[in-house]
Amino acid sequence: MLGSIDPLLLLASLMVAATPILFAAIGELVVERAGVLNLGVEGMMITGAICGFIVAVQTGSPWIGFAAAALGGAVLAALFGLLTQYLLSNQVATGLALTLFGLGLASLLGQDWAGIRAPRVPDLPLGPLSDLPILGPVLFRHDPMVYLGLALCLAVWVVLTRTRAGLILRAVGENHDSAHALGYRVRAVRMAAILFGGACAGLGGAYLSLVRVPQWTDGITAGAGWIALAIVVFASWRPGRLVIGAYLFGGVAQLQLNLQAAGARVPVELLSMSPYLATILVLVLLSSGRAPGSLGRSFHAAR
Amino acid sequence: MIRLERRPQPSRAWTWATPPLAVLLTMIAGGALFAALGEDPLVAIRTIFWDPLFGDFASYSRPQLLIKAAPLILIATGLALGFRAGIWNIGAEGQYIMGALCAAATALAFYPMEARWLIFPLMILAGMAGGMIWALIPALLKVRFGTNEILVSLMLVYVAENLQSWMALGPLRNPDGMGFPGSRNLSQYASSANPELVAGTGAHWGVVAALLAVIAAQVLLSRHRLGFQIRLAGQSPRAAAFSGVRPGLLVVLCMGISGALAGMAGMFEIAGPSGRVSIDFNVGYGFTAIIVAFLGRLHPFGILLAGLLMALTYIGGEMASMALNLPAAAIQVFQGMLLFFLLAVDVLTAYRIRRTGEAAS
Amino acid sequence: MTGPLLRLTGLTKAYPGVIANSGVSLDIAPGEIHALLGENGAGKSTLVKTIYGLVKPDEGTMEWRGAPYAPAEPSEARRTGVAMVFQHFSLFDALDVAENVALGMEDPPPMRALATRIREVSQAYGLPLDPARIVGDLSAGERQRVEIVRCLLQDPRLLIMDEPTSVLTPQEVAILFETLRKLKSEGTSILYISHKLEEIRTLCDTATILRGGRVVGSCIPGETTARAMAETMVGSALQAPERASRPEGPVALEVSDLTAASPRPFGTALREVALTIRAGEILGIAGVAGNGQDELLLALSGEMTTAPGTILMGGTDCSRAGPAARREAGLLCAPEERMGHAAAPDMSLTENAFLTGETRQRLSRRGFADWAGARAFAARVIEAFDVRTPGPGTAARALSGGNLQKFLIGREILQAPKVLVVNQPTWGVDAAAAAAIRQALLDLAAGGAAVIVVSQDLDELMEVSDRMAALTGGRLSAPVPAQGLTVERIGLMLGGAHDMEAAHAPAREGAA
Repeated sequence: MLGSIDPLLLLASLMVAATPILFAAIGELVVERAGVLNLGVEGMMITGAICGFIVAVQTGSPWIGFAAAALGGAVLAALFGLLTQYLLSNQVATGLALTLFGLGLASLLGQDWAGIRAPRVPDLPLGPLSDLPILGPVLFRHDPMVYLGLALCLAVWVVLTRTRAGLILRAVGENHDSAHALGYRVRAVRMAAILFGGACAGLGGAYLSLVRVPQWTDGITAGAGWIALAIVVFASWRPGRLVIGAYLFGGVAQLQLNLQAAGARVPVELLSMSPYLATILVLVLLSSGRAPGSLGRSFHAAR
Repeated sequence: MIRLERRPQPSRAWTWATPPLAVLLTMIAGGALFAALGEDPLVAIRTIFWDPLFGDFASYSRPQLLIKAAPLILIATGLALGFRAGIWNIGAEGQYIMGALCAAATALAFYPMEARWLIFPLMILAGMAGGMIWALIPALLKVRFGTNEILVSLMLVYVAENLQSWMALGPLRNPDGMGFPGSRNLSQYASSANPELVAGTGAHWGVVAALLAVIAAQVLLSRHRLGFQIRLAGQSPRAAAFSGVRPGLLVVLCMGISGALAGMAGMFEIAGPSGRVSIDFNVGYGFTAIIVAFLGRLHPFGILLAGLLMALTYIGGEMASMALNLPAAAIQVFQGMLLFFLLAVDVLTAYRIRRTGEAAS
Repeated sequence: MTGPLLRLTGLTKAYPGVIANSGVSLDIAPGEIHALLGENGAGKSTLVKTIYGLVKPDEGTMEWRGAPYAPAEPSEARRTGVAMVFQHFSLFDALDVAENVALGMEDPPPMRALATRIREVSQAYGLPLDPARIVGDLSAGERQRVEIVRCLLQDPRLLIMDEPTSVLTPQEVAILFETLRKLKSEGTSILYISHKLEEIRTLCDTATILRGGRVVGSCIPGETTARAMAETMVGSALQAPERASRPEGPVALEVSDLTAASPRPFGTALREVALTIRAGEILGIAGVAGNGQDELLLALSGEMTTAPGTILMGGTDCSRAGPAARREAGLLCAPEERMGHAAAPDMSLTENAFLTGETRQRLSRRGFADWAGARAFAARVIEAFDVRTPGPGTAARALSGGNLQKFLIGREILQAPKVLVVNQPTWGVDAAAAAAIRQALLDLAAGGAAVIVVSQDLDELMEVSDRMAALTGGRLSAPVPAQGLTVERIGLMLGGAHDMEAAHAPAREGAA
């Protein structure tokens, strides 16, 4: 029975399965490094998923769809930013509100779009690389978004550790009072991070509705946004570990799907639980990193 | 330019004025949303907020108010205790499901024995235990390993949903159900039924439990040491430690109580209005209760009112989707908006808004 | 060059309910060390924040070398040539020294070049620093060096220093002064904010004294007495506390071999701390913040439990007991941080009275709070300690620092402790309130309680202590009688100036 699972195919689809989470998580990582906890990832993801899907179907271009998804996620994130940064609302409560609102909004927007197939996202032609034995099918026969996600993680790492902008972002997240005293615009930096996080979550959501599934179904994200949040903790707020985390979860998710397809004797529902249980397990075993100093605290320049 | 200025003390007047203000703003924004969907906003608002109580079919819809409000209030009261202490149990939906499953399993284990005096109380206990255990998982993991309770409690919702479908299709499936998914109907089994207590009101045992929970929570928060510790821990964790509060114990207590209340809500639902375990009998009360808790200012009596209001939007939403063909999801957006507006106008309780002109001397 | 470097004319800044600055005018000449003197709340911070571009004045103007100067934000001030060493809030614990320095600069060079520059400048001014170290692991003195080096790298024309010596040992202070004089000789002006009069007398060329947001006097510190400056600053004659002689009582608290890791990131572990204190005695514990004071308080209050047998109250082991049980036994504490640790800012004074008073004042019955009793207790504290507030229903946050501290110390004293431990009892408190608090501690000891005062303020400790010990790097020195102790001697107990003298020697040769 297990023999019917092709390990190469499993590895290849692992990269696809990990990509939505990777996008959402790298965005949230930047947000949290700026000292903001946005629990609305799930809501922004699913909004991105439906915005991207509608626009892609309407225009016939998945790329315009992805752009719309990023925009949709960012708009929702802007709402979060407005509330938490300017109206100083509680970040946890606002993030939850964003998720509840996003789920409702997406379901409202998507009610006439179920059952339609999304335009196909072509693979990135990598020429001879994709013909390599073993490595070719596993690594080099994917759509551009898979590589964009990885490139984004690399870019975030470079910006955070090697540039002044990244230094300022980390400083704001570490101690917003000090950053303010030195004259940095805490709110502006945080707003930028929040918008980036929203756009990334939107892209992740659109990857689900345009590539992974690829059609619109209600509740398509099924907790992926929450898993992305967990991966940020698992990664100790470091981009490198985040990639590992996302691929690990991609692997678990894909393996259980393949087991379902292979007709394992375990009930389907119990298999479906496994990514969530794995998330809990990983959180228990590996949440040791030090969170940014100002994470989740509201900033108000008193005087 | 406008700037915010912190009040030395939170404004009492705004504390009470913000929820109605948020409702008003939501009605305006919601009206705009309905207008965008091609409905007359006034008609839609009336259908949602007025017709369920005083419209043509009010005799049918009025009892629904208590039926829907009871689980919301029960769950939100428990959640509010934790939220006050800075403990974020957002997996009440899962605890609700587990309470329902445990209660149903208990009842079905006795089927068809007739012993209401034994089975019904046992179901309540089983429901509370189911919800509590499900909530204690994130609590104990937090205390022991420092794991984030938000993420774990939420992950357990998905686990519970899967367990529920498995139960509905497998172990709890009705053997006389001709292969259809779902359990026996508990509301038709005299020993387990949770009937309407006063005809025409919708009041079942869950309503009684919700009222008792509200009163108990109010006494706890205002009069008892534990309530003081909950408030203290939420406002200043370090002052709480200095005072002698044991944060771990508080996590376990708050999560345990909210889980038990959510489980109880699930039990009353499965034994009454819902009747049987199906693959999707949960309708999101656990999540809506989060809105209810905030809308009620995390205050038990406030939650009572907020629960009734939110129940009204549920019923009104259903009526609107039937009468006006308004999509069911619209009401979800509406509820989300309500929470947004509440959080937004909340700034007025802690801050004063000042206009600062450039210094004109 | 003639004319002032910076001239302030009629600066006024009002906040709701407070006028922070009112018509403040002063001149800072090139190459002068100008003292800005005043009590807490006199408006010093607001004034320097205005110069640094963090606060915009409501009225008044500033001129830099005769040209109008109105920085919209700190970066503009930095470009003009103003640099500032903050008292708090400008370092990032989790970042390294070089990153912290880079964040305070307008146009930092690449990291590697910056690290070299940091080494050079810090050596030249006798403030050695390793650019790669994480700031959270540095001592308070080293953290200040980071701030100073950050400023020096920008070749400032005006250096603002906000209470720079409050975190330094006496030896470190001497070295800092040497650095400042060197800067002065190079033509840099320094605006030096302090309330320590002797320091100002030895260091500064001119002084401007603020009280209640106004300039109430200016003088040449070398030509006037500390007492005269103090009276201008406070506005009234000061009274020294009275102390009664006390008989030596039985041992009240015994701490032995107390070793414990810090529960906080970047905290200091306690190492083999031992002390014995008798009833009626005041033990002063000197030390620069960040040397284990917070941890010692946590260990004594019961917020952090320690190995069995390390803390004995009247002969009974209470090292494993929680805060409530220790209060029951008579061991009370008043932590340094008022808002959020000693008190819950958003709760009323009644609730804050309940916060520590519940056990000893019997403010609950079978778990149910007696709010009337708590209100009465709060009212008694307010009455006995002259706390200025509308009443017990007021939120703690609404009180001024001095009033809240009087309430919090009073809350513990009125519970008749057998042992009271206070950390920085007069930090950020006006002179009148500070004097009242010190007197209350002396009276408490005279009444037969044992009192431990942890403080960075050596003058305060000399005033109240019977014996003194020093806490450095989590180790407590053996206590010595306070009588006849000199500041230099305490400085040595505090471990001198870490590695600084050695570094200063070559710098001096280089300058010669």
